[in-house]
Amino acid sequence: MSTTELLKRAAELFPGEVVTSAHVRHLDLPLQAGKLALITLDNGFDHTKPTTFGPGSLAKLSEALDQVEAEAADGKIVAVAVTGKPFIFAVGADLKGVEVLKEHSDALAIGKGGHDVFKRIAALPVPSFAFYNGAAMGGGVEVGLHCTYRTVSTGVPAFSLPEVFLGLVPGWGGCTILPNLIGPSKAIKVIIENSMSQNKQLRGKDVFELGIADAIFEPADFLEQSLLWASKVLTGATAVEREEIDRGKAWDDAVAWGRLVADSKVHGAAPAAYKALDIIQQVKDADLQAGFDAEDVALADLIMSGELRAGLYAFNLVQRRAKRPFGAPDKSLARPVTKVGVVGAGLMASQLALLFARRLQVPVVLTDIDQERVDKGVGYVHAEIDKLLAKGRISPDNANRLKGLVTGSLDKATAFGDADFVIEAVFEEMGVKQNVFADLEAVVSPTCVLATNTSSLSVTEMASKLQHPERVVGFHFFNPVAILPLLEIVRAEKTDDASLATAFGVARKLKKTAVLTKDAPAFVVNRILLRFMDAIQGAIDEGTPIETVEKAVLPLGLPMSPIVLLELVGPAIALHVSETLAAAFPERYTVSENLGKLVKAGKRGFYVWQDGQQVLDPEVLALLSFGTTVLTEEQVLARALDAVAQEIGLMLDEGVVGEAQDIDLCMITGAGWPFHLGGITPYLDREGVSERVNGKKFLAPGLASIPA
Amino acid sequence: MPRTARDVVFVDGVRTPFGKAGPKGIYHETRADDLVVKCIRELVRRNPNLPVERIDEVAIAATTQIGDQGLTIGRTAALLSGLPKSVPGYSIDRMCAGALTAVTATAGGIAFGAYDIVVAGGVEHMGRHPMGEGVDPNPRFVSEKLVDESALFMGMTAENLHDRFPHITKERCDAYAVRSQEKAAKAYANGDIQPDLVPVSIRNTNPDVGETGWGLATTDEPMRPGTTMESLAGLKTPFRPHGNITAGNSAGLNDGATASLLAAEDVAEELGLPVKMRLVSYAFAGVEPEVMGIGPVPATEKALAKAGLTIDDIQAFEVNEAFAVQVLAFLDHYGIADDDERVNPFGGAIAFGHPLASSGVRLMNQLARRFEQRPDVRYGLTTMCIGFGMGGTIIWENPHFEGGK
Repeated sequence: MSTTELLKRAAELFPGEVVTSAHVRHLDLPLQAGKLALITLDNGFDHTKPTTFGPGSLAKLSEALDQVEAEAADGKIVAVAVTGKPFIFAVGADLKGVEVLKEHSDALAIGKGGHDVFKRIAALPVPSFAFYNGAAMGGGVEVGLHCTYRTVSTGVPAFSLPEVFLGLVPGWGGCTILPNLIGPSKAIKVIIENSMSQNKQLRGKDVFELGIADAIFEPADFLEQSLLWASKVLTGATAVEREEIDRGKAWDDAVAWGRLVADSKVHGAAPAAYKALDIIQQVKDADLQAGFDAEDVALADLIMSGELRAGLYAFNLVQRRAKRPFGAPDKSLARPVTKVGVVGAGLMASQLALLFARRLQVPVVLTDIDQERVDKGVGYVHAEIDKLLAKGRISPDNANRLKGLVTGSLDKATAFGDADFVIEAVFEEMGVKQNVFADLEAVVSPTCVLATNTSSLSVTEMASKLQHPERVVGFHFFNPVAILPLLEIVRAEKTDDASLATAFGVARKLKKTAVLTKDAPAFVVNRILLRFMDAIQGAIDEGTPIETVEKAVLPLGLPMSPIVLLELVGPAIALHVSETLAAAFPERYTVSENLGKLVKAGKRGFYVWQDGQQVLDPEVLALLSFGTTVLTEEQVLARALDAVAQEIGLMLDEGVVGEAQDIDLCMITGAGWPFHLGGITPYLDREGVSERVNGKKFLAPGLASIPA
Repeated sequence: MPRTARDVVFVDGVRTPFGKAGPKGIYHETRADDLVVKCIRELVRRNPNLPVERIDEVAIAATTQIGDQGLTIGRTAALLSGLPKSVPGYSIDRMCAGALTAVTATAGGIAFGAYDIVVAGGVEHMGRHPMGEGVDPNPRFVSEKLVDESALFMGMTAENLHDRFPHITKERCDAYAVRSQEKAAKAYANGDIQPDLVPVSIRNTNPDVGETGWGLATTDEPMRPGTTMESLAGLKTPFRPHGNITAGNSAGLNDGATASLLAAEDVAEELGLPVKMRLVSYAFAGVEPEVMGIGPVPATEKALAKAGLTIDDIQAFEVNEAFAVQVLAFLDHYGIADDDERVNPFGGAIAFGHPLASSGVRLMNQLARRFEQRPDVRYGLTTMCIGFGMGGTIIWENPHFEGGK
């Protein structure tokens, strides 16, 4: 099939594409360097809708190349350059166009179509330039890699090859050209390491320092200076020098290091990084065409994989659904929050006070039972502010402002009388919390929202003794609160829309991913995690060696093993939530005796560090008692997944959240469960667990899988 | 406190290519403040010896100080150009003589000792800000007959000038305009203009206008080389039926910006900054607003008197060509021939365009070029007429002067 036919067929599969135009404009270069054809990539919208490449867009670029190719051949132009609309270069393939693909052959065509078009830039009879003026990602970066030379603006805020993060490989030349341009280890940093570190973005300066761009200019006259530089290159006034690439053992070492990075992130559970590394290894011989062919195959295989579909689904959840929380009341109902109260001055309360002050920029008052505790809490916050100042994260004025905002008081009436939002973070005991709320109600305004950071107690019960229970919401953060994005917002039985809308408004300002949940035991993340842990702990208690259990869950590629997670959460907290859940659902949750012993002995977990190695703590082993049933890795995994699938099914039946997507959003943002699992339900669906346990899949076909 | 006035020098000046105002003009999608920013950055780039933190003032003129020409554009442009935050700036308005006034006001400050180095320039994006945008003239002007109603319309004041000087005919004006175009084309061919132009990236999203996408402005858009008496003869006279003023013998409606670098002479010397011109004197004068085009005459008289010079000492003239009739009225006053080679040798606003408040520095750039090429010339002047009945003149000395040969 010709490129034109290929793209035409692809475009038919994707009728909704926002087509990017490739405008060709001719200009006279400075220094009498001749005429240049400048291609501007522009989808016709402003910067809030970044330019992408779908098949229709590739066809437009192909047409532009038809024109400049002919002009170059006729000697009418001396060079070709590519740049973007204001603030955006191009952010790569339109992912919606990937989601609709059902056939391997069509997936292959997308890769080949891109290559066919981009390759023509390198094949032009005149030099080509990419002027990275703004955000560039994926295919956007790659279109520039096919050019002879590149410049970048210091103002570029985001530049990346995020394919591996999503479950793809940079398949329009990225895997092949980048290592041949800047060497394999820098290329692997961009393609593998950054991508697998929450899709870390490069800035303009990094792009230049890595050698991806040959020159760097400030945004104020970036295009003018890029054109001047191009003129100097074309007239020979400037020579472009690039670092020599070591194609010997260093290349193999770099790829081996890349595999270690990938292993540390996904433990072999997701294929994209490994496929990218295979291509990088292959192109050591600088055979670009062979590299492009390998990219096509890898891309098509991955597009047809469950991991990629789950990855795209997860990406859409965190990019789109997270911004419009499902079931949240209308924003207009929210009341303004101009002062915040925090009851309790312990570590959690202090962390919350800092977060509220930084994000809401309103006064935050901490209270506790005595002055010493209050002083300690405020002191902690002020010390944290000083740390931010020392790191240069905030200015001295900003530090002064924040310190002024966070104060402590023993006088609740004065402190909270004009507060709009008061959150409690006191000891996890129903009676204590009910008393706190009763005290608060006596001093706060009638519309002040009362929030609780409880991780497992009933919010409805907590509100039950108040005159105005409609103002109570659950506001469950995840530790560490400054890092984990999730915030479970709990609607209790009598919570009204205005209070709930206010809570969502606060969450938005806190830059948290808010998910609405029903007032059910342990809400979402803890309920699922504990069910998962329950199965794992059960297997251990019954006699399966810890090593087997650890290996059993490796295929999931979780960020950490359940045993390490237990250590991180703390056995005492795990025990507390476990007790709540066992009380609520005794038929499904048990309180592990061994866990109880661990807590009683004051142990942090099963492991100790010895000579830099993690080893099982003999003292712990001596403490615990085990049965004699030894399960295989497969049996352990099946048991854990079945438990999780069952629990999620029940949660959806109970209406704990609106849809399975919210479960996944919670697991991604609250527990760090990976994109290639899509949170968890796409994985349970594709592995057949959902059907085995519940008789049906969680998600409609096409949502996180190949469309029917 | 005893004080000595310091000599002020013109170190350097640059400008954007000038564009035609309106939807088809090159700058239709470009902001006015961005035009200024390109100029300031080019000045800094061209003068690597200039420590930017030593700039004491950024004075930028604009006639219509609204939107992208508002917000104290001297300050905002300084920040947008990446100058240190410690460098202050302000806005100036004296209509067409905005940049000229930016130069004189800051030069005065340098002489007084308040500044060492300044940036002075101007901008007018007449496409985004048409003449008269948002004006609200006091009704007393009309009720008390303080000025004739025509005073607000520059084209009408130019027609009025023809009434005052009936011997200046439309034919003389057209012939002058043709020469201006010829001289400008020749100056371009000789590369006399381009060295002081800052290329500006320009965007066009309207396919009706031409190629879309990003482009680069490198030359003045308004120029009409090949203009002839015949082609000018048939043009409409929009300000008066069967009048004299046409689009051909006056400057158009234009977009553009300029910026110059001035310094105390001792500071320029200390820093090794080049000196293109030395300021001798300046003056502004008022005339009847109905005939504002005569303004350069009394302004020049004053400036000459302050300098202790006579018109015979001036061997190079850069007269702004808002209207040919206004240039000819000036030349007639001094008995200078219409085609005297000392006057606007590289062409003028009729060819290049006249983005109101920016034009003053364009005149200086061209005078500096003349000085550079003619070490036999000692004194020159830049002069322009100004709306509401004013004129402004600066007399400059050529630092390259080698003594009368």
